[in-house]
Amino acid sequence: MKFEPGTELGKANLEVFSETLMSMAKGDKNVLVVTSDSRGSGKLAPFAAVYPNQIVEVGIAEQNLVGISAGLTSTGKIVYAVSPACFLTARALEQIKNDVCYSDHPVKLIGISAGVSYGALGSTHHSTHDLAVLRAINNIVIIVPADNFETEQAIRTAAEMSHPVYIRFGKRPMYHLHNPRTKFEVGKSITIRQGPDITFIATGETVYHALMGAKLLEKQKLSCRVISMHTVKPLDTEAVLQAASDSRAMVTVEEHSVLGGLGEACATVLMEAGISIPFKIVGLPDEYTVTGSQTEIFGHYGISAQGLAETAGKLLNP
Amino acid sequence: MTDDELKIKSIHYRKKLLEYIKKANAGHTGGSLSCVDILNVLYNRILNVTPENFNNPGRDRYIQSKGHSVEALYVVLADKGFFPESELETLCKYRSHYVGHPTRKVRGIEHNSGALGHGLAFGTGVALSAKKDNADYKVYVLLGDGELVEGSNWESFLIAAHYSLDNLTAIVDRNNLQITGRTEDVCDIEPLEEKFRAFGWHVEIVDGHNVSALTDVMLKIPFEKNKPNMVIANTIKGKGVSFIENDHTWHHHVPNDQQYQQAQEELDKLLTELES
Repeated sequence: MKFEPGTELGKANLEVFSETLMSMAKGDKNVLVVTSDSRGSGKLAPFAAVYPNQIVEVGIAEQNLVGISAGLTSTGKIVYAVSPACFLTARALEQIKNDVCYSDHPVKLIGISAGVSYGALGSTHHSTHDLAVLRAINNIVIIVPADNFETEQAIRTAAEMSHPVYIRFGKRPMYHLHNPRTKFEVGKSITIRQGPDITFIATGETVYHALMGAKLLEKQKLSCRVISMHTVKPLDTEAVLQAASDSRAMVTVEEHSVLGGLGEACATVLMEAGISIPFKIVGLPDEYTVTGSQTEIFGHYGISAQGLAETAGKLLNP
Repeated sequence: MTDDELKIKSIHYRKKLLEYIKKANAGHTGGSLSCVDILNVLYNRILNVTPENFNNPGRDRYIQSKGHSVEALYVVLADKGFFPESELETLCKYRSHYVGHPTRKVRGIEHNSGALGHGLAFGTGVALSAKKDNADYKVYVLLGDGELVEGSNWESFLIAAHYSLDNLTAIVDRNNLQITGRTEDVCDIEPLEEKFRAFGWHVEIVDGHNVSALTDVMLKIPFEKNKPNMVIANTIKGKGVSFIENDHTWHHHVPNDQQYQQAQEELDKLLTELES
């Protein structure tokens, strides 16, 4: 049966993350998980039960989480430092900057329940700044997987990386977007769908909504390209430029502030190349988000099939 | 190496670090002078770290959390042969690897530091790794006393005791001064000994300029099974130069020509006394 992206519901990326770690830890006692009272929210209780010597609990202390992870990594351990993205990338930002990136200890920083995954828990628990702040820090790769496949690939690839990496994802079940034969490469986006009219460049859990928006636009006889930009840094500039040259308009989509994230990164590429096409950054505006579930917040700010179709349509027919 | 030879080394280290601070026209004079005897004892008597074994996973680790006193570390590492001393001529100069705070670009340095309150968490991670591997190397972290107000240290004090890291030693360079003035005037950190004990550490207090006493205390590590080791080293900021001692304005002050000459003369006099 032909694989159709976005039709089959998979697991939460969070679950795939914990299952992947279990499988990696099985043959390698150097694989360690460090948590800051986050084994429950990280779905890591089964890991802790099977590999009690490969999980390090530091308590509610994110600065310590990152510093200790850097120390463990410096001795050759393969360390996944796991904490809600909101705390990991704000409370422990100086540790990420100095102890991980500047010192070049290849810790694998895992931001769970990222973006607005925590929904109605409010802005203290949202990470809508993480891509922006980490983009401005040297020596870190940023990956935002869109589906189960990208998540597993990112987690496995991280183990091989000799420099720091940040991977962030949410906790809702995700639709499969790629067939298992797809090639995953850090820094190389994956084109899910081709089309000459509009390109959606999306990242993480918004990719599915971009795909659904593209399907809606098909009814208006607009054929859209949809790109999963799983690596936000380094950006696949070639794919951005190619899309700009092939399309009549471009929409970027991210579960992040419109300031400093994927959209601005793509805009920079286009501006510096002297390319001007109708362009819109869809993300979270510079405000504390409306109260609601992740889906409700997405809908409120136009990160939905309908919202994205309208935004894209307006670019061609202002 | 005898105690007297070590004392002579300390004077040479002081003369050198002043020389390079003067040449760079930058550096942390007071704190480098206060911690140099601690570094002397560690590198010449305690640590199993050499240029030859620096890539060996079983080496001891020294982490300088009070990164601003890097000039003391540089002269000790040069003396131990980690790099030619002549390279220190480039300290803080355009494109030099010898930055004003420790970086791993310099051979012998384990971790980039300088932002305070980071070294102990890193050292805790290294010590935890040693425990997991049943390795017998030890980890030593030098903290400033002003630095202790950074809350992240206390996260590390808690967890190091929780994991019974008796292979981890923190040394506080207790010179009582920080950039603004007396530590007790900026934010009272006493009673330190009781605080560390309450956090589950075994505490020893030592004269941080007495190489014999420092050696004795370091050789007793681990002080107590399953407890992390705390050494409160009482020191004098600016130790060895009369007009720099106990004056917080020398935190990162660079001596002028006349002050530099006087400082070297005072140290030379101490050297002559010791050598005779």
